Amino acid sequence: MCGIAGYANFEGLQRPDDPDLQVMIGLLRHRGPDGLGCHASKGAALAHARLSIIDVAGGKQPLANEDLSIWVTFNGEIFNYVELRQQLEAAGHRFRTRSDTEVLVHAYEEYGLEFVHSLNGQFAFAIWDAPRRRLVLCRDRAGILPLFYAEADQRLLFASEIKSLLAVVGTPPRLSSSGLDEVLTFWSTIAPRTLFPGILQVLPGELVISEHGAVRRMRYWDWDFPSNGDHSTRPAQALAEELRELLVDATRLRLRADVPVGAYLSGGLDSSVLTTIIKRHTNAPLRTFSIGFEQASLDETGYQQEVIDHLEADHSRILCLNRDVAEGFEKAVWHCESAVVRAAMVPMMRLSSLVHEQGYRVVLTGEGADEVLGGYDLFKEAKVRQFWARAPQSSRRPLLLQRLYPYLEISPARTRTYAQAFFGAALDQPDRPGFSHLPRWTTTARCKDFLGADVRAELATDVIANFERSLPRAAELWHPLNRAQYVECRTLLNGYLLSSQGDRMLMANSVEGRFPFLDHRVIEFARTIPPELLIKVLNEKYLLKHAMRAELPASVVSRPKQPYRAPGVPAFFSGRMADTARDLLSRSTIQRYGYFDSAKVQKLVDKIEAGHAFGEKDNMALIAILSTQSLHRQFIEEFRPNREVLRTHAAANQDIHPDQLSVH
Amino acid sequence: MQQQIKTFILTNFLFTDDVAQLRDDSSLLEQGIMDSTGVLELVAFLEAQFAIKIQDDELVPENLDSVNRILSFVERKQRQAQRGAEAIA
Repeated sequence: MCGIAGYANFEGLQRPDDPDLQVMIGLLRHRGPDGLGCHASKGAALAHARLSIIDVAGGKQPLANEDLSIWVTFNGEIFNYVELRQQLEAAGHRFRTRSDTEVLVHAYEEYGLEFVHSLNGQFAFAIWDAPRRRLVLCRDRAGILPLFYAEADQRLLFASEIKSLLAVVGTPPRLSSSGLDEVLTFWSTIAPRTLFPGILQVLPGELVISEHGAVRRMRYWDWDFPSNGDHSTRPAQALAEELRELLVDATRLRLRADVPVGAYLSGGLDSSVLTTIIKRHTNAPLRTFSIGFEQASLDETGYQQEVIDHLEADHSRILCLNRDVAEGFEKAVWHCESAVVRAAMVPMMRLSSLVHEQGYRVVLTGEGADEVLGGYDLFKEAKVRQFWARAPQSSRRPLLLQRLYPYLEISPARTRTYAQAFFGAALDQPDRPGFSHLPRWTTTARCKDFLGADVRAELATDVIANFERSLPRAAELWHPLNRAQYVECRTLLNGYLLSSQGDRMLMANSVEGRFPFLDHRVIEFARTIPPELLIKVLNEKYLLKHAMRAELPASVVSRPKQPYRAPGVPAFFSGRMADTARDLLSRSTIQRYGYFDSAKVQKLVDKIEAGHAFGEKDNMALIAILSTQSLHRQFIEEFRPNREVLRTHAAANQDIHPDQLSVH
Repeated sequence: MQQQIKTFILTNFLFTDDVAQLRDDSSLLEQGIMDSTGVLELVAFLEAQFAIKIQDDELVPENLDSVNRILSFVERKQRQAQRGAEAIA
């Protein structure tokens, strides 16, 4: 994987050695430590920080077509590049490298903007079409790779990470209040918004096109579902077989690399499926990585060991202590560029550091399986709530909720009446688009109680209702499970799991993640599966289990799902993080940054330090406040990238190509 | 006792000292002040502070859903405990 940056200049001016470009790409060196490349021409400039994975010798970027009229800077992988290249060569295109990058310029030339439909992969790229003076920004369907942009000073600037844009357009005086409102409800902003006013993200499955000084957005893919009742009528067995074949192929494609590929192993179903496929259906060696926790209720080492033994995997494990989570927190915020309500991204950064230390650059990981194949407790919870909503007076129906959360130390189901009040949210509106997610969102939104009066006054509109209005109209006709899946993908998957907890934590250590469950063929097939085969009664990911049952250890299929959870309250107030945490949460800092009510924050800190906070809610609030404060400090108050150093550093590390030095 | 209960709720669930934020008869559940983990925090406080023992089946809104209800519940528990002690004596 790599980092990309650049801009189109609406005035069409020529800035071949623009220092801005060097600064932008200089800030992305962690994404691509193997080399930098720049291309500037009349009207645009592209830069690239490279992590070598395919065509290690020849894959330097930016890269052009035969007559150097179309240029690309590309982050990601096109997994079907071998097949695409054959088609394009048959159509007369001449290739200069073996890299997957080169198919982009030829395919764009051959098919125009429609070419994105032919790509199977995870990608974020910018194409400069010099004759048309058109800049095309594009992001993969599921949003695995990040891409941000901003308009300033007659330019459309883009970069893999926000920091590169801030370094050029300047930092805003404060974080966006609307953005905070979304984070403190949905766990992340809703794309295209970010927490930084003026900086947008390209939506998953979207093209942003700048042409003749005008910018337009074009969606080429979305998580659509068939209308309820229009799902496949094929027998379960046939569907299971097709799912299995697709997953095997998706995994096999993702093992394509000129460097060895590893895999994350959590001990759960999804990673067990992937590692089993690698072992049984490919010739690739099975090299696995996992994380362990000191807190027994979070640790899955025992389950991991079963799978390791079963598959005879060559395995490495790293332990993550509560202290490590606290000490890695600020660095994680620097990389994820967002406020968060969970610290679960920090252990993922630790895990990618293990991969890096072991000399690996690529790992397969199971993210997406829960969204695509119906794995989350929230989906089952919504199913019970729908069932309950049909007979709201029933005292027996809500009892099913108690079956859902056996792994929580303090389960909402233990105090039944209160749990029922919680899960009973909007029971009278079961057709509301966000019905499935209302308990989560309303609980998270309690964090907003800590916002200062000024900020709360700015939050005039109902953020949940706004989001519901933005859902496609067709969603009304979808099955409730499909609707919940859609909402999940638009919010948590895109905004948090694949970014804050995904790409950013991998790239912090220059490691590329690959996601077979998010192969668009898997997604497009899975949405035809009847919802009752995704979750059979309350058995999650039923069809996936059915498809893989014969090859997995029985215990992996039968044990209850244990979601990935990091330590609830990291050791923020002891050890090395203590002074920083106390300072970020102090009355003076809280008041200076101006987001939160300092008296309330102090009471929360007192409660947590006294050991009186049992539940998720207080911890969530603490992490939300701490991450917002840290974000403000790192990106607003203290954000002064040393432009001179970055520029010199970037210039010294460039791969110089004769054809890239010229100005076209 | 009422003051102690109210202060605990204000400090721990509303994170404020402002007594105007909470009426003695307002429903903690309906106002979103109390949830299932909040109840456990409240129980831990009541047991430690007032030397009573609360059973799982007593964790219902009838006993715990407002300052007034909590007060009568705790007083009832204390009377029961006292009667129990006297009976044994």
